[in-house]
Amino acid sequence: MSEHSNNSNQDSVISVRAMDIITAILFLIFSLVVMIGSIKLGASWGSDGPEAGYFPFYISLIILLSSSVTLYQVAIVNKHKKTESFVDKEPFKQVMAVLFPAIVFVLGVQLIGIYVSSVLYIAIFMVWLGKYRIWKAVAVSIGVSVALYLMFEFWFQVPLPHGSWINPLEFIGVQ
Amino acid sequence: MEEINALFGGFAVAMTPFNLLLMIVGVTLGVIIGVLPGLGGANGIAILLPLTFTMPPTSAIIMLSCIYWGALFGGAITSILFNIPGEPWSVATTFDGYPMARNGKAGEALTAAFTSSFVGAFFAIVMITFLAPLVAKFALQFGPPEFFSVYLLTFCSFVGMNKGSPFKTISAMMLGFALATVGMDTVTGQLRLTFGNPELMRGFDFLIAVIGLFGIGEILLSMEEGLAFKGAAAKIRAKVVWETWKMLPKYWATSLRSCLIGCWMGITPGGATPASFMAYGVAKRVSKDGDNFGTGKMEGIVAPETAAHAAGTAALLPMLSLGIPGSPTAAVLLGGLLIWGLQPGPLLFVEKPDFVWGLIASMYLGNLAGLFVVLTCVPLFASILRIPFSIIAPVIIVICAVGAYTVHNAMFDVWLMMGFGVLGYLFKKLDYPMAPMVLALVLGDRAEDSFRQSMLFSQGSLEIFFSNYLVGSITSLALLLLFWPLISKVISKKKIAA
Repeated sequence: MSEHSNNSNQDSVISVRAMDIITAILFLIFSLVVMIGSIKLGASWGSDGPEAGYFPFYISLIILLSSSVTLYQVAIVNKHKKTESFVDKEPFKQVMAVLFPAIVFVLGVQLIGIYVSSVLYIAIFMVWLGKYRIWKAVAVSIGVSVALYLMFEFWFQVPLPHGSWINPLEFIGVQ
Repeated sequence: MEEINALFGGFAVAMTPFNLLLMIVGVTLGVIIGVLPGLGGANGIAILLPLTFTMPPTSAIIMLSCIYWGALFGGAITSILFNIPGEPWSVATTFDGYPMARNGKAGEALTAAFTSSFVGAFFAIVMITFLAPLVAKFALQFGPPEFFSVYLLTFCSFVGMNKGSPFKTISAMMLGFALATVGMDTVTGQLRLTFGNPELMRGFDFLIAVIGLFGIGEILLSMEEGLAFKGAAAKIRAKVVWETWKMLPKYWATSLRSCLIGCWMGITPGGATPASFMAYGVAKRVSKDGDNFGTGKMEGIVAPETAAHAAGTAALLPMLSLGIPGSPTAAVLLGGLLIWGLQPGPLLFVEKPDFVWGLIASMYLGNLAGLFVVLTCVPLFASILRIPFSIIAPVIIVICAVGAYTVHNAMFDVWLMMGFGVLGYLFKKLDYPMAPMVLALVLGDRAEDSFRQSMLFSQGSLEIFFSNYLVGSITSLALLLLFWPLISKVISKKKIAA
């Protein structure tokens, strides 16, 4: 991102180069995991043709090679190249402000079902980040949940998660 | 001409007021599905399938196929206005569509996209009408090696056409292939790479990946750039439509090329997504203005949209005439036919001519209805996404979660979707291309099957991919594209030396 490179480096959480190296290493680890898994399955030629691990083995080999080249390029060839910031502090906080509540929301969906989680998530998000009045946020979030219910469970009869731990809407008939 | 007579019979079947109403309803629903990220043509039709059981089969298939046309049109709206591809095949439309919209030419971009879509679809329908028997015969000669070489060509063209590092492209693509192998092996029935986790037995569904990578990933990125959701203004005035239509005939060569690529990719099970990328790539290479692609060139919208619609439409040809779906959505439609007791295949043309020709006639009418609906109602559809970001962000995440959950009714998929979202954010910022990864995930199984069958034929020798002129030339072209970054480097060095 060119607009971030103008900022001084002290604002940067992590550089693009460091992220590139980390990602390439993650790719390498992934390829080794797939490779070991394929060899365990049998990656050679069985009595009835190629074994189950035959294709994934070569795929993992290609990942191993291509990510090694990427790693070599970013870590050694571009060693002295000036690097940009991957993400600065303020934008990083913003990203986390979306990501973290979203993870809590998914956990909520799993435990108490989609409807109550959605109402809480949308309302809190709107009040906290959007600075909306509480009644507006509650109206929108309940509206979305009701629309979800009507659209999926009522009209199209597609079941949505109601909570594996507790179903808070059991009393109004959401089974 | 026998086909013309049959087609007019079909128009008589399709043009009842009830069927025409279903067309409009189907197209509108389809556009909404296409506009909403996370709801797509394939799962949209799958969800709506039960609603049509009470209708006569001809009316039902007309409505379902119109949802499909609508979704094809709708993908372009979000791609151009919001840089969010509503469908995988509209990813290539974002390259030039979004920059054009940001330059204040949203109306022109949308008109170009819709009109090209219509042209592509129309070309493919004419082809279905007249060439169905011939093309079916040709595709019947395809064996696994030919299929694999077509897959190879598609994937190598990603490497050859991509601006970024070819090694990153290969890594991302192979990640898709590796994820596609997880789960039940279709040949041996063994469980692969599940590491004892029962949740992984289902494998990685590409819908989950698409929802996460494009839906959640895009929201994280927009968040980083500030709260403003960068949607361009969407208004199509009649004058803009007229001006754009006057400009479009200039791109007739691009259009025709994309039509041909689209039809080819649609008939062989390549599908709309690779067709759109290939058409974009080819247009970029051939055009005099190729270096400016990606900055908002109309040609860069015409090429992928024409090809995607041509492919999406042509995908119905093998589904109808051979019973082999050319795309996931065509596969869902095929499922519908079976439920209504219709056996797709060559006999369908003989036994149920009313049905087949009614459907083909409805393709002409449905696409015309689609063009009309999208051109007149764009502000309405765009207003769905014109809501402030602090409302739309949580709502999109909720809808994505619902979408991911309903694919297999699995909570694990929702977590996977979040994972793919973070991956999408990372990939976008580090220039790892996401489209080849998603495509590899979709086509992984079929590519692997054709590869293994070819290997069985040849007892493990790769020479089979050069065993006849057809497969040999496709494979050679694929290898040329794979090494294109290297070749072009050598050429440009020679030029500098000279």
